[in-house]
Amino acid sequence: MSMWAGFWQSPEVHGALALGAVVAAVSGVIGVFVVLRGQSFAGHALADIGGAGAAGAFLAGVNSLWGFLLFGLLGAVGVELLGRRARERDLATGIVLALALGVEALLLYFDTRLAGGAQAPMLVLFGSVFVVAPSTVRVVAVLSLVTAAVTGALYRPLLLCSIEPELAVTRGIPVTLVSLVFILLLAVVVEEGSLVVGALLSTGLLIGPAAAAVRLTAKTGWAMFWAALLGVAAVWAGVFLAYGSYRWPPGGHGWPVSFFTAALILVFYLAARLGTGSRQGA
Amino acid sequence: MTGEVVVDVRNLGVRIGGRPVLHNIDVRIQAGEFIGLIGANGAGKSTFLKAVLGLLPAAGTVTVFGQPARRGNRAVGYVPQNVRMDRDTPLRGWDLVALGLDGHRWGFPLPGRERRRRVEEMLEAVDAARYAHLPVGRLSGGEQQRLLIAQALLGGPRLLLLDEPLASLDLKSAHEVVGLVARLARERGVTVLLVAHDMNPLLPVVDRVLYLADGRAAIGRVEEIFRSEVLSRLYGYPVEVLRVKGRILVLGGDAGAHVLSAETHCCPAGHPA
Repeated sequence: MSMWAGFWQSPEVHGALALGAVVAAVSGVIGVFVVLRGQSFAGHALADIGGAGAAGAFLAGVNSLWGFLLFGLLGAVGVELLGRRARERDLATGIVLALALGVEALLLYFDTRLAGGAQAPMLVLFGSVFVVAPSTVRVVAVLSLVTAAVTGALYRPLLLCSIEPELAVTRGIPVTLVSLVFILLLAVVVEEGSLVVGALLSTGLLIGPAAAAVRLTAKTGWAMFWAALLGVAAVWAGVFLAYGSYRWPPGGHGWPVSFFTAALILVFYLAARLGTGSRQGA
Repeated sequence: MTGEVVVDVRNLGVRIGGRPVLHNIDVRIQAGEFIGLIGANGAGKSTFLKAVLGLLPAAGTVTVFGQPARRGNRAVGYVPQNVRMDRDTPLRGWDLVALGLDGHRWGFPLPGRERRRRVEEMLEAVDAARYAHLPVGRLSGGEQQRLLIAQALLGGPRLLLLDEPLASLDLKSAHEVVGLVARLARERGVTVLLVAHDMNPLLPVVDRVLYLADGRAAIGRVEEIFRSEVLSRLYGYPVEVLRVKGRILVLGGDAGAHVLSAETHCCPAGHPA
């Protein structure tokens, strides 16, 4: 009983719930566009590229958010410039991703051996939602608001570009610029997600709730709403269960939030598929 | 025919990757005409459309409604080739059509009575109201084509360009789509340039044919273009044109062993051999 009283009073829990809600909500909105545009591989790669930056930030003693963001944004520009066509882009992304993971391995090794950051690999790869400073939560909240506002401003042209770029070009939409801005927004969102569930699982938060949401509704705006809602539910339940798992074996330490969140996202997705798979055959 | 020249192409030449795709093309299209743009794969049909849309750097001049061809011209509507939509694409037919009205504007669409009325009127006009609430990825090729035509027409264009709208449609749907485009264009005074590799579905509606072969063009009425000597000159080798029960068959080579472009409608698929 006293443990749950502690749950509601703990500042770490408040921080985790606030950070999780903000990031999951904006991930859901961007995630629907990622599904529409077929860019989930780019999203995954950007999270891992950001992970190399975060490993470097640990080594330099800087807030890991800045490492995630710096590498993520540079990676986004690189991925967008390297590959114009879809096939080319996947190859280019794969090559940049491999390089980033190699650098990440090296930097994490230095973190553990030189900087005394034995926890660094765990925090970078699997998230650090309970140990994020309140000031960082505020920065993430502002970044998320800006991301959501820019996405809203781009909404219709971005939708047209995502359905058929050629049609968007003929309507006078600057398709190249819109695509570049979108991948930068995507980078910001997956790097924020990396803080919550880690670089390895950030794409799960991005596309899992969106993939479930597009099974629930065909209305683009509603799909974004459902994706945001499912994402927030998965993260909050993950925080709740991680806190509760403190006394589970091996004991003395809670299980990772990432595990619970990833498992719940899978459950939501399967439920959405089972619930709608047979009915929407029209 | 009013005589106003809608599309004026003079001495058009396009090279892609150093290879000449179109050379020395002169074409004038008048207001209200329905033009079938015919040719084999790789003949430069889509390239010609892109030049009219102002998407390509080209030699010569392309003038649309008296202005140089440019992107974002609201007087020009476009139905792109082969738009593939995944089953789970979170987009309804209604929303796709509405993008034709204001898809180029920034921000979220604000729901309004006038917007709703215009979209629904257009859905009725293309007979798509029944399935407009369904996800676009779950509709048939013919249904998706009607929605794309509706979104192109909703901007109120006076020139409509359609790139292979009949590809991947069965015979019945192809005839319905052609009839629909012809009817709407007549009602709204829209000039049409429709790309196809088979002439036959267009025979009942076209005013003139623009035939492309090997980067060169011939334009004229069907009976002027589909003649053995005209197409032989265009292809630069012997071609024979046959008429079978009101349909046109173009055969290449002396023995007629190779079907070049237009097909009869005897085959169930209606596609080239």
